[in-house]
Amino acid sequence: MNIMTQHTILNATHRALGAKMVDFGGWDMPLNYGSQIEEHHLVRRDAGMFDVSHMTVVDLTGPRVREFLRHLLANNVDKLKVSGKALYTCMLNERGGVIDDLIVYFLSEDFFRLVVNAATREKDVAWITKQAGKFDVAVTERPELSMIAVQGPNAREKALGLFTPATRAKAEKLGKFSATEGDGLFIARTGYTGEDGFEIVVPESQAVELWNALLAAGVKPAGLGARDTLRLEAGMNLYGQDMDEDITPFEAGLAWTVSLDAGRDFIGRAVLDQQKADGAKRAMVGLVFDDKGVLRHGQRVVTALGDGEILSGSFSPTLGKSIAFARVPTGTAEKAEVDIRGKLVAVRVVKYPFVRDGKPCEGV
Amino acid sequence: MNEIPGDLKFLKTHEWARVEDSGRVTVGISDHAQAQLGDLVYVELPEVGDRVEAGTASAVVESVKAASDVYSPVSGEVVAVNSALADKPETINEDAYGEGWVFVVKPDDAAADLEEMLDPDAYAELIENDSH
Repeated sequence: MNIMTQHTILNATHRALGAKMVDFGGWDMPLNYGSQIEEHHLVRRDAGMFDVSHMTVVDLTGPRVREFLRHLLANNVDKLKVSGKALYTCMLNERGGVIDDLIVYFLSEDFFRLVVNAATREKDVAWITKQAGKFDVAVTERPELSMIAVQGPNAREKALGLFTPATRAKAEKLGKFSATEGDGLFIARTGYTGEDGFEIVVPESQAVELWNALLAAGVKPAGLGARDTLRLEAGMNLYGQDMDEDITPFEAGLAWTVSLDAGRDFIGRAVLDQQKADGAKRAMVGLVFDDKGVLRHGQRVVTALGDGEILSGSFSPTLGKSIAFARVPTGTAEKAEVDIRGKLVAVRVVKYPFVRDGKPCEGV
Repeated sequence: MNEIPGDLKFLKTHEWARVEDSGRVTVGISDHAQAQLGDLVYVELPEVGDRVEAGTASAVVESVKAASDVYSPVSGEVVAVNSALADKPETINEDAYGEGWVFVVKPDDAAADLEEMLDPDAYAELIENDSH
């Protein structure tokens, strides 16, 4: 157990920029650099950057790596046919519960890359290593790699200007959810904000230089506070809050990431097959509160079909009111109530995402 | 950190009180408190005419991060509330000791209540120790 607070290579840079720092999964990370609401709007309207170096890059190599990932992951890596293509997926335990959610990149038939959450790093690597033995796959953590996410409608344009012409040409034509390499960087058109942009994996030795170059190109820093409200508006789950090892993807709004294709025996599949046949008893829904107050994690949700609870809940800067994910009895429709500090208030049950392309979604 | 005005008194729970020339007491939250809470998004005010008791929750400030009760430092009757905060709660983030005041009380016995409070130096020491 590592009880030391960990620092990314950008820690001193954040402090010099006036960041308010917080502990996040054992890492000392910037919460905001002044106003998290301003940082949120900046990413929705222009461009912002996040230090996400606390996330873990795990490289998997060996001739049977694709076969291994077919077994390890609930989504099917056979969807990845072109080098650089990425897939979002859950990694499940035998009970169908989510050990972590992650992005897997296909680089070559003997080389796939995973990017996993910070707080789950140790258990993820232990689990992957345990499963990998049977497939002779080598599991290599890459702690010497940092990661900077540049997000927003103008993010790509601002980042592209920093690359050499050859790298720029490759990065410019990247499709969504694809990655390329150049200038010593691994550049992926992915993110956790609902905006376009890049997540750039950079050697620790070059990270401060890249951060400062982005800053000079007009990309302002944004902290974990803005990152949380951005991803919630965009309808993206947060591991540990919206799902964990006792929750299946079907109960966490992640059915779209599960591939129950014939003949593929992935870990947790038996439980998911059964749950699909029986119907999951709980479902994740979106909530909107139109009055004053903020929906928060752990609050009780009262529905006609029984109680549920708020998972991620916060104030939505784009909508100017509070939104949340809740896990409620399957079939809950339209209306519910939430216990906010001892008072039951009416909320609307909606489909999410709440915000797309910087605009409120219909019905929200 | 802003300079703490010398005419304020503080509760350990980070509310400030200022005795006006009229004898009425203006109440707000400290600059340290707003910084800890982060961007404020809602303020729930008492109503003019409400009775408040020293040390009891009389308003709520809610940030993106958390909801927090505001305790009245003095007992008495609420004679004014800062209704501009309904539309612009961020005023507290911007000017906690000025435009970001929350409510004004006509105190029963301000002297007795204020006696219990911290002066600016003692409060500065408290938050200094807080951050270690």
